Amino acid sequence: MSAVTQAPLPVSSTSSQSRPALLVILTVITAILTVVGLLMLLFYAGLDVTQGDVQRIFYIHVSAFAGASVALGVSVVAGIMYLWKRNPKWDRLALSGIEVGFALALTNLITGMVWARPIWNTWWTWDPRLTSAAIMILTYAAYFMLRAGIENPETRRRLSSVYGILAYTTVIVTFVIIRIRPDTIHPAVIGPSPQNAEGGFELSSSMLATMSFNMIVWSVFIPWVLIWWRLRIENLSERVNALRAVVAEK
Amino acid sequence: MALIETEDLTKSFGYMPVIKRLTLGIERGEAVALLGANGSGKSTLLRMLSSLSKPTSGSIRIGGWELPREAAAVRAQIGMVAHKPLLYDNLTAVENLQFFGRLYNLDPAKSKQRGGLLLEQVGLARRANDLVRTFSRGMQQRLSIARAMLHEPDILLLDEPHTGLDQRGAALLDDLIMGARGEGRTILMATHEFDHAVQVSTRVLILERGSVVIDQPAAEMDAVRLAAIFAEQVSA
Amino acid sequence: MKTPFFAAMLAIFRKDTLAESRSRELIGAMGLFALLDVLIFSFALELNREARIESVSGVLWVTIVFASILGLNRSMAMERDQGNLDVLLLAPLPRSAIFAGKLLGNFLFTALVGLAVAFVITILFNVPLFNGWMLIALLLGTAGFTIIGTLLAAMTAQTRARETLLPIVMLPVAVPLLLAAVRGTTYILNGAAQDEWLPWLSILTVLNIIFLVLGVVLFEFVVEE
Repeated sequence: MSAVTQAPLPVSSTSSQSRPALLVILTVITAILTVVGLLMLLFYAGLDVTQGDVQRIFYIHVSAFAGASVALGVSVVAGIMYLWKRNPKWDRLALSGIEVGFALALTNLITGMVWARPIWNTWWTWDPRLTSAAIMILTYAAYFMLRAGIENPETRRRLSSVYGILAYTTVIVTFVIIRIRPDTIHPAVIGPSPQNAEGGFELSSSMLATMSFNMIVWSVFIPWVLIWWRLRIENLSERVNALRAVVAEK
Repeated sequence: MALIETEDLTKSFGYMPVIKRLTLGIERGEAVALLGANGSGKSTLLRMLSSLSKPTSGSIRIGGWELPREAAAVRAQIGMVAHKPLLYDNLTAVENLQFFGRLYNLDPAKSKQRGGLLLEQVGLARRANDLVRTFSRGMQQRLSIARAMLHEPDILLLDEPHTGLDQRGAALLDDLIMGARGEGRTILMATHEFDHAVQVSTRVLILERGSVVIDQPAAEMDAVRLAAIFAEQVSA
Repeated sequence: MKTPFFAAMLAIFRKDTLAESRSRELIGAMGLFALLDVLIFSFALELNREARIESVSGVLWVTIVFASILGLNRSMAMERDQGNLDVLLLAPLPRSAIFAGKLLGNFLFTALVGLAVAFVITILFNVPLFNGWMLIALLLGTAGFTIIGTLLAAMTAQTRARETLLPIVMLPVAVPLLLAAVRGTTYILNGAAQDEWLPWLSILTVLNIIFLVLGVVLFEFVVEE
């Protein structure tokens, strides 16, 4: 029993064993909102005259990036909180945020490629925006490698918090790059597009409504619900580790 | 109030506790030998007392300063000899000491004088201007002892300082420790060597799985008796 | 009681330069690597006269970044192999002074190698890299790489993969710097107007400041145990 008192368990048993009702409700709401968002972009939003139906993927593409920056932003805050308070729960939140952000950034990248194929006539081009988005994803892949390379759990949490904070600079760069690199062909959805952007479009009121709706779903509901679920798994596995240590002690 | 005080000191790596709720007081001027099998937590305890490692829980007070909050104040009072020599290969013995003098903000002239004296004491005066790279393991060990004493620390933390020393080196080290005792320094030495332990210390602690199992004055012991107690307390 | 920041920083810097003047380990390895790198690029890219101007700053910066990674790994290994980082941590000095001291040394060695690379490129490719603004760009870029590199090398030194991991974690974070540096120097070499390239040098300066602040603040968390 002695190890139990010395190494406090990460979560009290009640909070992690039963599925929190709020999370289930939120998940259902999010699922409904996501479907509504999809229906809106498929049927409600007006057809783009020049690009046709393929433009509709833009609603997901942009929203997924917004969601990724939110989830990754959560990990920055969680990283700072970990370095300050040293409570492992903050590191688990940071990890969850980064995994969810990583998935959303991939969604952003893939939907972008699908869009680019007919519009730019290529799956991929070495445009500054695309390159920086790819590098941003690689930075977070490096984060996972760093984590895997550190055995001591305390060191792992500390160093990944630091790297998670540093890594966010690439998110910021990806966001601002079409505003500072005039040679990009990537259109800006928010604010004026660069001069030589190819595939930009004006938003009609139905399109604007669809974009706003999806933005909210993808940047508020989806990341938070996914992070919460991911965090729950992480908490449970931490608890398993703790119990294992207790068993090993006996 | 004791010079070194720990209360409920605990250090875990992951969920593996290495030091378990250790409460310990060491008075000024004591020379404590810390014995224990490998993995009993000796090094971990020394690293925590030296401020290199943060406790998982519990408290440490050294000279009234609290660790890790007031670490800078504590660091100035501690001299440490660790497993590794903590020297720079491409600097000479003198340059190494000079560098440490600067790190501790010592007056250059004073630090030079004391450095020379210490090199004399550890028997390295003739090799003072040779690169540390060319030193044997034992010589490096002796130099690292000189390094630890350079800033005249109140407390010496020695982690198996006899390792790598030959008979002469070990005797030299014992003399140095006795000398430091004479100057009123407090010593905490982790060691495997029973004879050195009883020779230079005033108190013997045996650490087993992160807890102190024996705490006795060294005056009542000799190496043979200590070995017997050790064998009895420490499961193989 | 506490050793002042500047005294500690200079002590570490002096120690590193003294050790380097003895062994020439860092500069030797970095310099040789950089030279090979430039030669390989010149074969691989078949740099003719027009291609040169366009790609020369890319070659320059890629060479500097990889050489700096080599040096940073070595410089941190020097502290780690003998457990010497502990000695710095045991001393009563601000952690940020350790960062600043290591940074100064790393910067000096990398900048020297960078200048050598610029010199070699000037001769081999007949592209004049030596003018005032070019040198400023060179120093700004080098400073940026060594700032994040010093921080990240202290981090990767504590991992299992060590030397292998530094380029993986450093390159993506260094991309904004690389971008600004390459753009800036390309415009300067093309003889573009000042308002074409000065913004890139400003971006470089701003990034340096941001990374320096992050480095000073975060280093403490990287080295403690």
